[in-house]
Amino acid sequence: MQWETVIGLEIHTQLSTKTKIFSGASTAYGAEQNTQACTVDLGLPGVLPVLNAEAVRMAVKFGMAIDAEIADYSVFARKNYFYPDLPKGYQISQMDHPIVGIGHLDIEVDGHIKRIGVTRAHLEEDAGKSLHESFHGSTGIDLNRAGTPLLEIVSEPDMRSAKEAVAYMRKIHELVQYLDISDGNMQEGSFRCDVNISLRPKGQEEFGTRAELKNINSFKFVEKAIFTEVERQKEILESGGRIVQETRLYDPDKDETRSMRSKEEANDYRYFPDPDLLPVYITPELRAQVKADLPELPEAKKQRFLEQYKLESDAANNLASSIALADYFEALVKSSGCEAKICSNWVSVELSGALNKENLDISQSPINYERLAQLLQRIADNTISGKIAKQVFEAMWSSADSADKIIEAQGLKQITDSGAIETIIDKIIADNPGQVTQYLSGKDKVFGFFVGQTMKASQGKANPAEVNKILQEKLKR
Amino acid sequence: MHTKTIKELSLGLQSGDYSSEELTLSYLKRIKQHEHLNSFISLTEDRAIAASKQADAMLAAGNAPLLTGIPMAHKDIFCTQGVKTSCGSKMLDNFIAPYNATVVDKFNQAGMISLGKLNMDEFAMGSSNETSFYGAAQNPWANNTVPGGSSGGSAAAVAARLIPGATGTDTGGSIRQPAAFCGITGLKPTYGRVSRYGMIAYASSLDQGGPMTQTAEDAALMLQAMAGFDTKDSTSAEQAVPDYSATLNNSLKGLKIGLPKEFFDESLNSDMAAAIETAINEYKKMGAEIVDVSMPNLKLAIPAYYVIAPAECSANLQRMDGVRFGHRCDNPEDLNDLYIRSRGEGFGTEVKRRILVGTYALSAGYYDAYYIKAQKIRRLITEDFTKAFESVDVIMGPVTPSPAFGIGEKTADPIQMYLADIYTIAVNLAGLPAMSVPAGFIDNKPVGLQIIGNYFDEAKLLNVAHQYQQVTNWHQQTPKGFE
Repeated sequence: MQWETVIGLEIHTQLSTKTKIFSGASTAYGAEQNTQACTVDLGLPGVLPVLNAEAVRMAVKFGMAIDAEIADYSVFARKNYFYPDLPKGYQISQMDHPIVGIGHLDIEVDGHIKRIGVTRAHLEEDAGKSLHESFHGSTGIDLNRAGTPLLEIVSEPDMRSAKEAVAYMRKIHELVQYLDISDGNMQEGSFRCDVNISLRPKGQEEFGTRAELKNINSFKFVEKAIFTEVERQKEILESGGRIVQETRLYDPDKDETRSMRSKEEANDYRYFPDPDLLPVYITPELRAQVKADLPELPEAKKQRFLEQYKLESDAANNLASSIALADYFEALVKSSGCEAKICSNWVSVELSGALNKENLDISQSPINYERLAQLLQRIADNTISGKIAKQVFEAMWSSADSADKIIEAQGLKQITDSGAIETIIDKIIADNPGQVTQYLSGKDKVFGFFVGQTMKASQGKANPAEVNKILQEKLKR
Repeated sequence: MHTKTIKELSLGLQSGDYSSEELTLSYLKRIKQHEHLNSFISLTEDRAIAASKQADAMLAAGNAPLLTGIPMAHKDIFCTQGVKTSCGSKMLDNFIAPYNATVVDKFNQAGMISLGKLNMDEFAMGSSNETSFYGAAQNPWANNTVPGGSSGGSAAAVAARLIPGATGTDTGGSIRQPAAFCGITGLKPTYGRVSRYGMIAYASSLDQGGPMTQTAEDAALMLQAMAGFDTKDSTSAEQAVPDYSATLNNSLKGLKIGLPKEFFDESLNSDMAAAIETAINEYKKMGAEIVDVSMPNLKLAIPAYYVIAPAECSANLQRMDGVRFGHRCDNPEDLNDLYIRSRGEGFGTEVKRRILVGTYALSAGYYDAYYIKAQKIRRLITEDFTKAFESVDVIMGPVTPSPAFGIGEKTADPIQMYLADIYTIAVNLAGLPAMSVPAGFIDNKPVGLQIIGNYFDEAKLLNVAHQYQQVTNWHQQTPKGFE
C-alpha cells in the first residue's frame, strides 16, 4: 500500500525579552544556577505574576508576519501538573484565547511553493531545568530558565514529508530571528519542536492515529526522527497493527523513537483561566505600533532584490534570509558602486563561506562592508583580478589592513601594461613551439595552455583580458 | 489605654500623652496575659520594640504620619520578611518569608507597629478558626465558642483589646463573619482595592484584604493606609483612593437602604432578625429610606462558591510541594513519595477536602458542568447586585444566620459550616465591598449588621457605619475579663 505521511509541528521559541514573562528577573542564558530566579520565579507563597508587555508585542509581531488573526482579547490559563522544575505546580500558558490565531507561511521545496497553515501561536512561561548529573542519587533544580517567555507556534497538519517539515521549521526559525523576537539558538534550547506524525493510505481523507515526538532541537534530528518514526508506523500498519496515540521520545544516538506515555497515561492538565492575570486586550494602538515596527519581511525583500538588483532567485533568497546579511549586501552595493551581482556573489560565496568556516555571524565578520567595498572596487578598476582578489580577501580576513594596503605591500597589482605582457607572451611562444603548431593546426583547446602559462609567469597579476587580446593577435592563424 | 481606638491613640501619641514604646509594651503585656485566647501564632516583640523606638523618634521630630507608633498585628496570611508566615498550616510552619506583602510594607510606611502574626483557619479555609494547625482561637465573649473564621485570630485579638486594629482577609466572609462573631468592625473592600501581593492566595479571584477594628472611623484610617494600585498585583485597581475620613460625618438623610428579601427568610434566626430590624430602625431615624430589593440567585451563591474557590485553591496550593520551601517529609523514597507524604502530612483535613473538590471540578469532562456553570452563576449574582444598586445606595442584612457557635459544634458536618456563610459569600462572588458592624447581642454573643456597597464605594460604607456608631454603643462593648 502507498502511505501518505501527515506532519504537524509545535515549535517553542524563546522570546528575547530582557526580563521574564511574569517577573523582573533577567532571561540571560548561562548564569550561575538559580541566580536569575526571583521570588516570583521560585513560586513562593503570595507572589503574583505581572505580564511583560514586550512579550505580548513580540507575539503580535509574529502574528502579523504570518498574516494571522490577532486576538482582540487574549486569556492566560493555568496548566496544572506537578514537576520539581515547575515551581508553582502549574505553567501559565494559554488555552481558549491564544494571542495569535489562524495564519500561514509559504515554504519552498524542490522548486515548489507550498502554503503551510498555522493554527495558533500562544504565549507561555518556560519551566526550569532538572539536573540529573552530578547530584549522586538526587536531582538538582535550576530555576534560571523558569519564567522565560515562550511563543508556542502550532501548525496545521499540512506537511507531507520530512523535507517539508524541515523547510517549515527553518522558515519559522529564520522568521523569528528576522523579526528580532528570538535569538533562535538551538544549542541553548531557544528553539525546539514537537513533531506530530501519522500515516494514512494515499487518497484517504481521514487522518491516521498520530504519535507526538517531543522536544527535538535540531533540523537534522527532526528530519531523522521523522524518517525513523514513519518507518516504525509503516511497519506496524503493514503488518496489520494499529498505531497507539502516544508521546514518544527521539533518541538520536540509537536513531529510534521510544514511548514516553500513552494517551491513557496523559496528564489531565485541568486548564482554567488564571485568576491572577487580567485578560489582555490587543488595542488598535498596539497593532498600529507593531505594524509600524515590522521590518520588510523575507518574501518582500526577496522580490525587491530580484527586481532592484536583478539577482538570481537563489541568490536573492539567500541574501533575504537574514536582515543582517541583506543589510550588509545593500550597504556593499551602495558603498562600492559595483555591480549588484558581483556584490551578491562575494557576500554569498566568499564572505558567507569564510564566516561559516569559523562559525561566525555576519555581525561578527572581521571584514566590514566598507573594507570589502574597496576590494571590489579594485577588481572593477582592474587593479587586481578576481582571482588575486580572493588572495587579498584572505589576507584581509586575518589583518585589519585595507585592500589597497595589502595589494601594495604584496605587490599584487595587475599588470595591464601591454608591453610587459607582450614580453612574457613572446617568451612563452618561443619556449613552446610544439603547442604553437598544435594550435595553429586547429586545436583550439591549446589556447588555454598559453593563457595559463602567461598567468603563471606573471604570478597571476597579468590582466586576463589583456592576455587574451595579445595572445589572439600573436597566434593569429 | 487598651480600650482606646486607633483615632484616640493617634491623638495621644501625637500630643505626647504616652510614647509608642509604652503603648507597645503595654499591648505586648496584654497579649501574654491573655495567651489562652490563642489569637496569635507568633509574637515579634523585639522587632516591635525597636520599631516603636523609631516611631517615638519620628513623633518627637514632629512630622510623623497619623498612624505612627500605633500597635497592630497581621493575619498570618500576609508575608512578613524574616518572620514565620504559616498561613495557619503545618505546611508553612517552617516558612520564614523572604519578602513583605505590599500591605505589610504599607503599614510599615504608615508607621504602625506590628506586634506579631494572628491565628487563622488553615490557608483561610474555614469559618471557625478550628482548621488552624495551631488550634482554634477563642471567642473572648463566650467560653468554648468560636471567634469565626478565617480571620478569627484578628477578630478575637481586637475584641479582647489585645491590639487596636488588625488586618484580615475575606474570600467568602472571612473578615465580616469573625468581626460579627466577636463584636468588632470589619471591612472587606472592593476586589482590587487592596493589593494581594504577598497575601498567600486561597482563591485568587475572591481574596481581598481589609481592616478589622473597633470602629468604622478606625477602619477608615487603616483602609487609607492599605488601599491603592500596586504594580505587583495585576488585579489591583488603578483607581484613585479617596480620603475615607473626610466623608464619615456626611448626613444619611435620604440614604436608600436596600433590604433583599432573601436575606430575611426562614433560615435566619428570629433573634437575629429582630436585632437587624432594630439596627435598620436606627437608620430610619437618621432619615434613611428603606427599599425592598431581591437577590433571586442568592441561594446559588454557596454551591457556586464551593466550586470556584476550591478550583482556584487546588491550583494555588500546588506550589506547596515540599521541593523549595515548607514541610518536606522525612526520607522520601522517590519524587512521588516526596509529593504524597509532604502534602499528606502538611495539609489538614479541610484543606485536603477543598483541594480534592477543586481538582475534581476542573477535571476533563467535569469542567463545563462545574467550573463554567459556577462562573455563569457568578455573573447572575453580580447582575442581581448591579440591578439592586440601580435603586439603592447600600444593601443591609445580617452577616450570619445566627451568633457564634460552640467549638466543635459544626466540625463534623462541613456542609452545615459552609451554609453559615450564606450572607457573605455572594458579596465576594460579585467583588463588592461590605462591612460588618456590631449591632447588639443575643445571649451575650455579638450580632453583626452587614452593609454592602457598590464598587469602590468604601467611603459611603464607612460613612454609613460611622453614623450608626454615633447613635449606638455596641462597638464600645468589651467582653468580660478584658475591660
